[in-house]
Amino acid sequence: MAEKVKAYGAEKVYVIDDAELKGYLVAPKAEALQQLAAQASPSAILFPSTFEGKEVAARLAIKIESGLITDAVDVQAGPVTTQSVFAGSFTVTAKVTQGTPIITVKPNSAAPEEAAGAGAVEAFTPTISDGAKTAQIIASQPRAATGRPELTEAAIVVSGGRGTGGDFAPIEAFADSLGAAVGASRAAVDSGWMPHAFRVGQTGKTVSPQLYVANGISGAIQHRAGMQTSKTIVAVNKDNEAPIFELVDFGVVGDLHTVLPAATAEITKRKG
Amino acid sequence: MNIVVCVKYVPDATADRHFESDNTVDRVGVDGLLSELDEYAVEQALQIKEKAGEGEHTVTALCVGPEKAVDAARKALQMGADAAVHVLDDAIAGSDAVATSLVLAKAIEKIGTPDLIVCGMASTDASMSVVPAMLAERLNLPQVTLASVVETRGDRVRVKRDNEGSTDVIGATLPIVLSVTDQTGEARYPSFKGIMAAKKKPLEVLSLSDLGVDAGRVGLSVAWSQVEETTARPPRTAGEIVTDEDGSGAVALADFLASKKFI
Repeated sequence: MAEKVKAYGAEKVYVIDDAELKGYLVAPKAEALQQLAAQASPSAILFPSTFEGKEVAARLAIKIESGLITDAVDVQAGPVTTQSVFAGSFTVTAKVTQGTPIITVKPNSAAPEEAAGAGAVEAFTPTISDGAKTAQIIASQPRAATGRPELTEAAIVVSGGRGTGGDFAPIEAFADSLGAAVGASRAAVDSGWMPHAFRVGQTGKTVSPQLYVANGISGAIQHRAGMQTSKTIVAVNKDNEAPIFELVDFGVVGDLHTVLPAATAEITKRKG
Repeated sequence: MNIVVCVKYVPDATADRHFESDNTVDRVGVDGLLSELDEYAVEQALQIKEKAGEGEHTVTALCVGPEKAVDAARKALQMGADAAVHVLDDAIAGSDAVATSLVLAKAIEKIGTPDLIVCGMASTDASMSVVPAMLAERLNLPQVTLASVVETRGDRVRVKRDNEGSTDVIGATLPIVLSVTDQTGEARYPSFKGIMAAKKKPLEVLSLSDLGVDAGRVGLSVAWSQVEETTARPPRTAGEIVTDEDGSGAVALADFLASKKFI
């Protein structure tokens, strides 16, 4: 990890032995960062916009009396952040006006650029209070690898909804022809067809890929909140009045069970 | 058991949500309601109470917001909460999550020593998901967040949580701050009886001075983060729509993807 961030420009890398941190929910991490911030006096503290990142950031903000901005899709000098809000219908710029700016940054919002840094590694040993260790992780089951790109980081996402009728095979085959990640709508997850981790939407994953293909998904506001900022949007749906067609760049009115296998074959043929 | 459930009044996601000239969310000129994601919190609070067995157990709904925000507390009462508290003070307008968590924490201290504080996983307007963690920090309590399954036994709580790369089981002892996702199960609808009963339940309105919060610590002008600009994105305009006939849709789709260099 230290080598990796060095390649992307880190001048200094603080390493905290996680023996005291793992096994507990976020509180020990916030304590460790509070102590590190006091020592290193950073001009800003950035986190990935994961649920854990946001919660550590939230506790840290109260501890070090600093403002917090979440889900930034861009951070410019200042720092001034850009966020996409209200299901992608507004763009907001903001800045922290108190303390050390704490900002959580959405995955896939900027392409990482290599720039060699000094990458000086320094060990840091925090003191963790017993009070921070009261919520324990009793068991942890890593999610099985799918062999496909990570949903929030994929350049192309192919999703299926109620219209699949529970058969995701055409979705997966089409996704594989494009090297895409597979997603699902709430209807598909609630029906038990796909695990929750695949859900795209307000309470699932927010994705912003180069290409989003919605298949058999009507396009409720909750789903749109999770994919509306995708660069190019394509939909396949039997219902020509599905609201998803209002936001697509290209749409096919047709049965996904015939359109997708044919499109998969066509793409495979063209790719040679 | 003393359970407090935090509920937020939000602009309806299907309405024309927008910002005021001072870049705050318009919470008065747009139809609002109890945030859908907080309904799951109310439901779990009620289920935990129902399962708690003998003894006195109360669920108090707590909301912070303008006059109309009382609708969120009222809905919680209709669903079955025993009492509600609405913190109403003009000085609160424009508060960020940091100040909101301060008001909530002070209100919770005022309500009494809670055994359990339940929140939704996020609001449906700002959707930051940070207030439960801030609340836990302020009240010096453990946080058990984003539960998809909640089990309580006595003062022990065990939850299932879908994390980014894993599914975890978290255990803690009350008191805690708990946040729940929409995976915890359908929220009940208020029954006619529930709606009638809610009218007789205690609903207390408190100001900042009632809570002992200095008005200078909340509101837009002292927020620790400030919105500089809000811009409506141009609505997406519908592109080309074709109707599939004997495989024409698949070819047209491949043509489109090729034209955008995805193939």
